[in-house]
Amino acid sequence: MNDRRSFFVLTMLVFGFAFLYLPIVAMVIYSFNASRLVTVWDSANSPTLAWYVELFKNTQIMDAAKLSFRIASVNATGAVILGTLAAFALERYRRFRGRALFGLLTTAPMVLPEVITGLSLLLLFVALEQAVGWPHGRGSTTITIAHMTFSMAYAIVVIQARLATVDRSLEEAAMDLGARPWKVFVVITLPLIASAIASAWVLAFILSWDDIVITSFVSGPGSTTLPQLVFSKVRLGVSPDINALATILVLIVSVAVVVAGTYMMRRDRRRMRDAQAALGATG
Amino acid sequence: MALIVAGGGDAVSTSVGVVTGLAGRFAAIRGGFGRRVVIALPYAWLAVFFLVPFLIVLKIAFSNIQLSMPPVEPVLTWTADHVLQLRVHFSNFTFVFGDRLYLAAFVNSLQVAGVSTLFALLIGYPMAYGIARAPGTWRNILFLLVVLPFFTSFLLRVYAWMGLLGRSGPINALLMYLGITHEPVQLLQTDFAVYLGMVYSYLPFMVLPLYSAIEKLDLTLLEAAADLGCRPTKAFFTITLPLTKEGIYAGCLLVFIPAVGEYVIPALLGGPDTLMIGRVVWDEFFGNRDWPVASALAIMLLLILSGFVLLLQRVQAQEAEA
Repeated sequence: MNDRRSFFVLTMLVFGFAFLYLPIVAMVIYSFNASRLVTVWDSANSPTLAWYVELFKNTQIMDAAKLSFRIASVNATGAVILGTLAAFALERYRRFRGRALFGLLTTAPMVLPEVITGLSLLLLFVALEQAVGWPHGRGSTTITIAHMTFSMAYAIVVIQARLATVDRSLEEAAMDLGARPWKVFVVITLPLIASAIASAWVLAFILSWDDIVITSFVSGPGSTTLPQLVFSKVRLGVSPDINALATILVLIVSVAVVVAGTYMMRRDRRRMRDAQAALGATG
Repeated sequence: MALIVAGGGDAVSTSVGVVTGLAGRFAAIRGGFGRRVVIALPYAWLAVFFLVPFLIVLKIAFSNIQLSMPPVEPVLTWTADHVLQLRVHFSNFTFVFGDRLYLAAFVNSLQVAGVSTLFALLIGYPMAYGIARAPGTWRNILFLLVVLPFFTSFLLRVYAWMGLLGRSGPINALLMYLGITHEPVQLLQTDFAVYLGMVYSYLPFMVLPLYSAIEKLDLTLLEAAADLGCRPTKAFFTITLPLTKEGIYAGCLLVFIPAVGEYVIPALLGGPDTLMIGRVVWDEFFGNRDWPVASALAIMLLLILSGFVLLLQRVQAQEAEA
């Protein structure tokens, strides 16, 4: 390869990753700064864990985090159930009436601006309350419904991609041996797509946990999620306890991604070894 | 300006019509009970919570503001003599078209999204190229490093820039240390900060489709070109770039579409005069409590974006076939 070009690509890689990670690293470092001004380093008293202590003592933040966790878990479970059904419909029942509209409805929530989705869902909830008296006011129920609607689109993409690679002869063999369709699904298909369902669950959880715009439209006075609280705080400027919160979240996510990443790499390597062994045995 | 249409009892509200139409469609789905449930359940959910809401937005975009809860005049009303009356106002659209501010917000949003997409492509393409050409283990690690920010909070990543760009932040400190400036420069709450935040937040969306396109590229083509005496730069522009254009389209659309309607980035990093349509819709709704104008703006934004969304669907369908 041309040296000058590989030098350019390497420079861009370093620059690009520095661009992606320096703000996060800076945020982590400042979380240990004693100064309330966040970016003015107080070398006399830093590093300190004071903001972490303050964070855990702040009941408002802790309550919001609990609410967000609850909504995100319920949302992820619902989105994965609906998403699995939808992915199965799109992948296995290739032809049915209204499939084109269904396809559009399953992808549109991913790309539409959140202000539009949020506004339209709020107007729906208001109209429903007027017409049938449900939902009564807005709160965690309406937030969960709204989150499920957009995060199920992501779940569908993940699960459908996996479903497309499942060897259908296994399902057909079970069917030939007289298994009922739902039994084939539970015994054969579900275990094969389990890892995709798990990834879809995590993705749906994170989307909900992180959402601010749609949530702001459909939430009520009694239900403030963590992103809403963070947003209203940081609008007024940088805040040291938010740096501490961000550091904890970044740490959790990094550990999770590294664990999942090494697991997948190990699995790929094992598969490759198995495949080579199989080839060696036949040869 | 109001258009009043009155009809007998046969006039049915649009939402009801759509719901009954879909119900008929579910009933017509052939096959066993299980199959029907598998299709109908998610379909019904999306119809009720995604399709019908848009019809309501459309309805409210054609109604008038009124002091009540909800603060809109009903479009459909039953008159005393049991006639269903449909009252359609175009005033929201004439108002939006008549006001320079809204037009400027649309133009500015498209510009900010377009320029940010271009910069994301210029940074993202070499990155994706480098990752795709990196040796085995490195490739996996770098790929994970691109995905990782996607899983950390979007809001907090935008917030991180508030500290960096602030008057007492490290960027200003560096500029002053280098003697480029003697007093802090206003970086936060500027258009520059909005562009920076956009490129930063959406860069992973650009890199991922580019990576998968470059990774699929057949390297023997480049070897053949080199054997025939083609210079690497020329080979890049005549082979690599055209063969990865699907990835370029997908990446650009994935950055551009959400960037046009972005709210959080201009709200946190932009100044009070940073006009973006997502922010204007938000302010009309929460600030002015003008639901009809917010709805009219949302409909217009939807119309502008729908072309790009359809384009993205076509690109992704082509990619799936390839």
